[in-house]
Amino acid sequence: MAERSEVDERAARDSYWKTNLRYLAVLLSIWFVVSYGCGILFADALNQLRFFGFPLGFWFAQQGAIYVFVVLIFVYVKLMNRLDARHGVDER
Amino acid sequence: MDVQTWTFALVIASFALYVGIAVWSRAGSTKDFYVAGGGVSPLANGMATAADWMSAASFISMAGLISFSGYDGSVYLMGWTGGYVLLALLLAPYLRKFGKFTVPDFVGDRYYSQTARLVAVVCAIFVSFTYVAGQMRGVGVVFSRFLEVDIEIGVLIGMAIVLFYAVLGGMKGITYTQVAQYVILIFAFMLPAIFISVMLTNVPIPQLGFGSMLGGELGAPLAGGDAVYLLDKLDQLHRELGFAAYTSGAKPMIDVFCITMALMVGTAGLPHVIIRFYTVPKVKDARISAGWALLFIAILYTTAPAVAAFARTNLIGSVNEASYASGSGATVPPWFQTWENTGLIAWLDKNGDGRIQYRAGSPFDGKPTFAEARGPVGQRMVGNAPTDNGNELYIDRDIMVLANPEIANLPAWIIALVAAGALAAALSTAAGLLLVVSTAISHDLLKRTLMPDISEKKELLAARLAASAAVIVAGYFGINPPGFVAQVVAFAFGLAASSFFPAIILGIFVKRANREGVVAGMLVGIGFTMGYIVYFKFLGGAPSDYLFGISPEGIGTVGMLMNFAVAGIVSRLTPPPPVEIQKLVEEIRVPRGAGGPTAH
Repeated sequence: MAERSEVDERAARDSYWKTNLRYLAVLLSIWFVVSYGCGILFADALNQLRFFGFPLGFWFAQQGAIYVFVVLIFVYVKLMNRLDARHGVDER
Repeated sequence: MDVQTWTFALVIASFALYVGIAVWSRAGSTKDFYVAGGGVSPLANGMATAADWMSAASFISMAGLISFSGYDGSVYLMGWTGGYVLLALLLAPYLRKFGKFTVPDFVGDRYYSQTARLVAVVCAIFVSFTYVAGQMRGVGVVFSRFLEVDIEIGVLIGMAIVLFYAVLGGMKGITYTQVAQYVILIFAFMLPAIFISVMLTNVPIPQLGFGSMLGGELGAPLAGGDAVYLLDKLDQLHRELGFAAYTSGAKPMIDVFCITMALMVGTAGLPHVIIRFYTVPKVKDARISAGWALLFIAILYTTAPAVAAFARTNLIGSVNEASYASGSGATVPPWFQTWENTGLIAWLDKNGDGRIQYRAGSPFDGKPTFAEARGPVGQRMVGNAPTDNGNELYIDRDIMVLANPEIANLPAWIIALVAAGALAAALSTAAGLLLVVSTAISHDLLKRTLMPDISEKKELLAARLAASAAVIVAGYFGINPPGFVAQVVAFAFGLAASSFFPAIILGIFVKRANREGVVAGMLVGIGFTMGYIVYFKFLGGAPSDYLFGISPEGIGTVGMLMNFAVAGIVSRLTPPPPVEIQKLVEEIRVPRGAGGPTAH
């Protein structure tokens, strides 16, 4: 395969970075919604709902948000490893 | 064997383990000393990060804090975990790609400025010392409570151990010791929690237990034959005794929001956490090890609120209206007297009925002072002047975790394990912080600023000397704690949030961010945050004057926003960064080509 030209290289990097930013926007929106949204801003409203023996807003603030945080990081790792490989920027 | 013998045995065994690991993994180069040679596996790094992160405060105090503040305590749970999402997504991979050793390295190189580097060094040292003084104190407190040695001696023993393995092993020694410390501390935290959960709800998983019906040895009597959820019972008890409801907060929403944000962003900006991600071989490893770290942290952080609710329910249920001496009706459980003897519980029988009334409000002003003589039913007599509310009970919130094993009637070796776990939590955090201080001095200050020609060997020696000096200063503060230790924690997070976090984020995501902008932003952010905290914490500012009702703990959020705004505007108005810096930014955005962390 011929060396990629500088223009191609740049375009590839730009599209890599744009996709990365899109992932970040989606994941950080979820991060914000479960903690600041469900756990704080709408906690009082959600507390009217029950989740087993928990008021739902309280559960998000003391349990749910933390579980989602852990999942978010592992999802991000998965997405990025795939993206790296697809754009040929993964570590060899 | 009794508790004391077990405690000695376990503490000595765990210390021997730490020392053994240090000898096995001693550092041979500055790269070993600063970043463990850059060859730590992501799983091990995740575990080490978790131990590094979870301090004496997380282990001993956090559950107690939540126990007494209910929903409002959520700020710590979300704040001290959510920051890892920011770390994993926004910082760790890029800083790992950048390589080198420290946070000031990045700030100084990215903004081609010695001023920026120096501001970062000063912040790193200040933040770390603030934190480490509390850890050394924690070591002393654990020793004094479980082994009945003086706090001072406890601090000295802790200093000797940390000195040995941090100075000898540097980051390499610390990392592998922290892996062992994580295992010890998580067992020590989980075992009593599981037993308490079974005793109150019959559910062996604490995270599920506190959303279940009351049941079991301690829970069934509280339920009184009804099928009732533990949290409903707790809310009901709170209402009856005049406390705010446990599951909904008393703090203004904007304050809860800002404190959570300041803690999250501060977490992501703390140098001793960031530095851990330089120790793994690849960018890929930096991402996944942040995931492992948060998973290991989450095990404790999702258990703590359960322990808080259990302890609170059990405390109110077994102590309120119980009589102190055995006789008619319910009597206080035996652990009440044990902890009364340590001075962490005090009872002032205001109405003279021999029963303990637990209500909202403090029973008397300040910490209890005890008289020699015993009271009419054998209680320790409190000398403080009573307040005019109906509450008769003083409880130090730390006992919520420390007394758990006794409350659950667990065997002596588990009580000893809790002591070893608390020590592991305090020592691991202290070591990580001391390393940041020593690196800041030997690497950022000497090598990168004052003496660029220093040889590798001399730099390593300087790092070891700086670590020793830092241990001694930290020990001094542990023995003579400044009266404001509790207040300065707000500083650590506020400063990290308003200085490092915006500088690093802009450095990665905004190519246009330049030296002028970021230095101005950091100075404004730090200046505002420090000024606000000093005014309200030390100069007697009244809470009614809080800006939008935001307390000093949460003001770092506003400082951070000001930093971002100022840095953005000033960067626009001044010349863009040099071409090679823009190239550097493009370089750190892609993983390929990350070698080991390089010296310069």
